[in-house]
Amino acid sequence: MTGKYTVRFAALGYLAVLLAAPVGYVFWRTFRHGFWPAWHAVTAPDAVHALKVTLILVAIAVPANTVFGVLAALAIVRHRFPGAGVFNAVVDLPLALSPVVVGLALLVLYGRGGWLGGHHIVFALPGMVLATIFVSLPFVVREVVPVLREIGTEQEQAAATLGASALQTFRRVTWPAIRWATAYGIVLTTARALGEFGAVSVVSGRLAGQTESLTLYVQDRYQAFDEVGAYASAVVLALIAVTTLILMTALKPKEGAR
Amino acid sequence: MAARAIALPAAPARRPGAPGLAVGISTLYLSAIVLLPLAALGWRAHGWNAITNPQAVAALKLTLMASLVVALVNAAAGTAIAWTLVRDRFIGQSFVNALVDLPFALPTIVAGLTLLALYGPRSPAGADVAFTRWAILLALLFVTVPFVVRTVQPVLLELDTEMEDAAASLGASRLATFRHVIFPNILPAILSGVALAFARAVGEFGAVVLISGNLPFKTEVVSVYVFGRIESGDAGGAAAASVVILAISFGVLLAIGGLRRWAIRHDR
Amino acid sequence: MRRISLTLLLALAFPAFAAAAARDTKLALVAYSTPREAYAQLIPAFQKAAAGNGVSFSQSYGASGEQSRAVAAGLDADVVAFSLAPDITSLVQKHLVPQSWNKDRWHGMVTRSVVVFVVRDGNPKHLRTWSDLLKPGVQIVTPNPFTSGGARWNVMAAYGGALRAGKTPQQAQAFLAQMWKHVVAQPSSAREGLQTFLAGRGDAFLAYENEAIFAQKHGQPVQFLIPKATILIENPIAVTSISQHKQQAQAFVNFLHTKPAQRIFAENGYRPVIKGVTQGLSFPVRPQLFTIKYVGGWAQVENKFFDPNSGIMARIERASGG
Repeated sequence: MTGKYTVRFAALGYLAVLLAAPVGYVFWRTFRHGFWPAWHAVTAPDAVHALKVTLILVAIAVPANTVFGVLAALAIVRHRFPGAGVFNAVVDLPLALSPVVVGLALLVLYGRGGWLGGHHIVFALPGMVLATIFVSLPFVVREVVPVLREIGTEQEQAAATLGASALQTFRRVTWPAIRWATAYGIVLTTARALGEFGAVSVVSGRLAGQTESLTLYVQDRYQAFDEVGAYASAVVLALIAVTTLILMTALKPKEGAR
Repeated sequence: MAARAIALPAAPARRPGAPGLAVGISTLYLSAIVLLPLAALGWRAHGWNAITNPQAVAALKLTLMASLVVALVNAAAGTAIAWTLVRDRFIGQSFVNALVDLPFALPTIVAGLTLLALYGPRSPAGADVAFTRWAILLALLFVTVPFVVRTVQPVLLELDTEMEDAAASLGASRLATFRHVIFPNILPAILSGVALAFARAVGEFGAVVLISGNLPFKTEVVSVYVFGRIESGDAGGAAAASVVILAISFGVLLAIGGLRRWAIRHDR
Repeated sequence: MRRISLTLLLALAFPAFAAAAARDTKLALVAYSTPREAYAQLIPAFQKAAAGNGVSFSQSYGASGEQSRAVAAGLDADVVAFSLAPDITSLVQKHLVPQSWNKDRWHGMVTRSVVVFVVRDGNPKHLRTWSDLLKPGVQIVTPNPFTSGGARWNVMAAYGGALRAGKTPQQAQAFLAQMWKHVVAQPSSAREGLQTFLAGRGDAFLAYENEAIFAQKHGQPVQFLIPKATILIENPIAVTSISQHKQQAQAFVNFLHTKPAQRIFAENGYRPVIKGVTQGLSFPVRPQLFTIKYVGGWAQVENKFFDPNSGIMARIERASGG
């Protein structure tokens, strides 16, 4: 029995030092002068506009990466095609690039003189979307792949033997098993898309009131020594991430319904 | 649901349409979103001195070492946290669950600022690790918290407890049950998370840059070094350095993938 | 008859067309981050003036080098205002800014500042000169000159200060190497540098006067002093060659050099480039002030000191730990 408590306290202790303290600090700095200064900070027109920009980025990047994630996971685990191992490793590769380099790569490709230059992609929303997709690409894949491996193919094969089409097999057999994993993948992808700064900063052109995402806005406020503005905007991002998690958890299948 | 079940008679022939579609679409997407920009970057790579000089090599070594350490710590800590969130019950559990994703959602400047305030010279707890290599580990551990936790959680949720109950009824201790029944099933998921954590740690800039002090050979990570190249007008050198970083990371990711395949095969 | 009335119509209509054209003018200002609040006052002031009537602006603020690279990569700009001249000359090389950008009477500059020491309350270690920084145990914080173009001002201020103190160029380089041994943190930007210093690191932070004043204005506990020998920071501005509204853009740049505009800059912590606007504000002139020309001019300095492979600072950085 002590094993359980050791694990619990070790895990919670680790999280307390590494996570809870910093997050608590962020909330403290936000509400240090009361609720209203924080509220005014996040309802300022530029802040609201920045939030809209961020939500647009998330609204495009997350569904795109989710569809890709499930398809890619199926491709990697179920359909052993030549190069699956390489494909699998490439999926994680976006993370290994620092955000500034991601931005540089996108500028090189879509900017003036680039292979796909001159189409108003960078320094506009499309470029920011591409950057956001790039940095949040792997998560749904990584969540779904282990679960697909874990559940094995017996049920899917059984369904096929019984005459189910690929789509029916997916809907009735595969999807319920990977639903949780996909949900977590969506939560991670959303959180990552919300918090992306570096790459988006480089490709956005930082046009005030137009191409500033909320993370860029946080930096502006920080630059101007507007502590409450910066931290309050960070809190907004954190709350959106938590809301996403709550929504995903609410779609949880009832206990024992599997 | 365990992966080790009775072998079925030969599976019916796969319908070619669906798998082709999944592979085709996902490959196209991956190429357009990831490979194309990387290719454009690689095309601009010029001046390998940017990555072969001693300062760059030191930064690269430091970053790779720190990333591996962080990945391993996450393997253990992430598994423990996932376990606590799935198999344990305590007050405030959903609150803890919600906390886990926050390192992602918080802009990295904010992460840097808070870590500096809490674990820097003016630390309220007197724990000052800023401007040392410990600071780098701290910042990287912060931004990689969600990875292993979130990859192991769904697998633990899917894991049938029949096997564990069977093992327990046969007299196996909790530790033995974990080692022989649970661990082999979550190892692939752990390795998935480890790969992510490693990759993210290699590429991290914002959370590390403030708290590390960026001293060459001591606390300068490779992402800061590469940024310095870009800012000094050497985009070609920055691209060259990035190609090398990517190649090494790719090698590590392939190795982790291979480890995962070995783990699955070995388990059968 | 018809032709005459048509001409009459056009003649009457033309002023209206001209006004409509001006009303449609949108100028894209791409600037570095610190003067954002200054421009928030300057732009409305310009729009109230005759030359600025009907002109609207899109504004972009970010790190000077990053903004310069963005314009090079295709970011639309009519007016560019950066922290140091090299960020403009890199655009000249790409034919985005005319070669004549600094041939006007202000040599292309719109504001000035100086390099200062930000010190702890009461300056307990009595750091007043560049050599004081080399006293045993003194810890310096300065942004990395490779990740922050603006930090090059700091390096050249130290180098020039050593020259002013009578050293030869060789000795001044050795001075830089010595000084670098005292650097305990190299934040990636000036703003991060101040954060690092305020968080408790170091005895002296090398900063720019306008940023120190800005921080003070925003409630930060910043104490700074200007060393006797320091460099005159000059911030450039230019109309781009790709601008579709060169006339209005030039009118804006001219406006920024008028007394009211320069006064606004001065109130925001910048030293003006014209005389007679600093009443009531304190911008002490130090006896051994020098400009970038004194240490060789940017073109030479960029190569000699800051080439990432062979520059003096690259060698010093490499020697600092290897």
